[in-house]
Amino acid sequence: MLQFLQQLINGLSIGSVYALMAVGYSLVYSIMNFSNFAHGGVIMLGAYFGFFYLTIYKMPFIAAFAAAALTTALLAVVIERTAYKPLRDRKAPFLYFIISAMGASIFLENIVIATIGPTFRTYPQVVEKAPVAIGSLSIGRLDIMMFIISAICLGLLVYVIDHTKIGKAITATSYSTKGSALMGVNTDFIIITVFAIGGLLAGVAGVLFGMKYTVYPQIGFITLKSFIAAVFGGLGSLPGAVIGSVLLGVIETFTSGYLSSQYRDLIAFVLLITVLVVRPMGLMGKVTEDKA
Amino acid sequence: MDSYVQGIIMLAGINLMAVLGLSLLTGFTGLFSFGHAGFMAIGAYTAACCTVKLHMPFIPALLVAAIVTAGASWVIGKLTLNLKGDYFCIATLGFGEAIKLILDNVQYFGGARGWPGIPAYTNIWNVLIIDLIGVIILANLIGSRHGRNMIAVREEELASQIVGIDVFKYKLKSLMISAAYAGIAGGLLAHYMTFLQPKMFAMAKSTELTIIVIFGGLGSISGSVLGSFVLTSLPEMLRSFDKWRLVCYGLAVIIIMISRPEGLMGGYELTPSSIKKMIFNFKHRKQKALPVSEGGK
Repeated sequence: MLQFLQQLINGLSIGSVYALMAVGYSLVYSIMNFSNFAHGGVIMLGAYFGFFYLTIYKMPFIAAFAAAALTTALLAVVIERTAYKPLRDRKAPFLYFIISAMGASIFLENIVIATIGPTFRTYPQVVEKAPVAIGSLSIGRLDIMMFIISAICLGLLVYVIDHTKIGKAITATSYSTKGSALMGVNTDFIIITVFAIGGLLAGVAGVLFGMKYTVYPQIGFITLKSFIAAVFGGLGSLPGAVIGSVLLGVIETFTSGYLSSQYRDLIAFVLLITVLVVRPMGLMGKVTEDKA
Repeated sequence: MDSYVQGIIMLAGINLMAVLGLSLLTGFTGLFSFGHAGFMAIGAYTAACCTVKLHMPFIPALLVAAIVTAGASWVIGKLTLNLKGDYFCIATLGFGEAIKLILDNVQYFGGARGWPGIPAYTNIWNVLIIDLIGVIILANLIGSRHGRNMIAVREEELASQIVGIDVFKYKLKSLMISAAYAGIAGGLLAHYMTFLQPKMFAMAKSTELTIIVIFGGLGSISGSVLGSFVLTSLPEMLRSFDKWRLVCYGLAVIIIMISRPEGLMGGYELTPSSIKKMIFNFKHRKQKALPVSEGGK
């Protein structure tokens, strides 16, 4: 029972970071209907930015956090402007968007390898290592912090989407780009906003992830799992992305806790295929209608 | 010819085999795959299993590899090909990674540590001959009714369904043939390296194959041939440049997509008459239609 609770808490904490990442995939998918594979690269760079702001510029932790998030937001917008905007203007088929996204993700990963180097880097210690003991449970301070920061960010996101004008515009655009453009929504601006929001959350997630583990250029691969979580919950659905992520995080920690950590990644990919076969729209996704 | 150059040609030829298959799927049928390394892995392990454990000769082993890979692709295609757009590509991604992770855990094939001691049956001649056969079969296929139907599916799925093309069937056919090519490429690779490791078939391999197809041009066999040889030999010539190779590839893919999505060959084949036509088309670039239709969203 104790081990069960312990694993559950670990799963929730990693799941909440997955959620921050998955939301970025889902937001873009809900409006542009393609999987933005460059998002993984943005998250990876977020981890690096945070690392360098903390070590080289010696910024205080909160400032480094905010700076990393702003930088990745800018980066995400730049990627959208250079890699996707020309395709959108030409109304190119979605295949080209995926290829372009793939190119961007290869570019980001390898430019880091080429300039910074493929070595693993460890974040300076920000939070005390000693875990908090509640009864006979011991919870890492970092895990608690990850969970709280993720929850705050997701809460803010929900507030922005549900209660602000721009949030309504995003929702409207996700239903119909053409329709909302006719109603006077500046869809181009909405797309930039969506990429910026995705980038902000990617930066936060990157820094949290880097603090929990280490920073290295292939973090993008791990972010694939957050993409799986987004598919699991239903691409294009924000609550789906969060629920899918938390579930995936819990499933993963239970697999490595009770079976073997070797099967952790395998479970994620098998889950992905199962979801696609059994219920391709995911847990809460909108039904994918024929777009031919 | 010294063995170094031979090695590069062999590697390019092996890549070409997989690229030809992917070209049929992506360039001619309009389906995007992130999992072709997974098919190569199945082919490689099957072929190696046939020669090492069952003591079969090389060519039958390759055929078995092709059949097994096509069978695997039939299963994955049957399950996921009726999904729209992105979802098929996501499914192939999951498939490719799952295959790698499963092989990591199969101790019979050496697991993650790898499988040494596979006989070196691959040589430059059988690679080139198999490539040639592969190109001829593919060229004939694309000229045939089946190939034209696949191109129709790429251009306009709904319209081709209306004129009576069984879209699902042709997508599945394309995927199976494409997987069989990848399987043979995997078999050749296994007997060229004489060593197999699941790590060789990571997602990076799939993206590399896709990059070659895009570079050569979506919907062009000669483009794929050119692309495979250029992109396999280029990094060898620019060894010191190696760190920046993938940076340039990534950038090149984006630039190709936003400026010339047709790739190097732009859907055209290299035959004497087409060269003339290509020069003409190059001059009148603006009027030319894109090779992959503006369907999608």
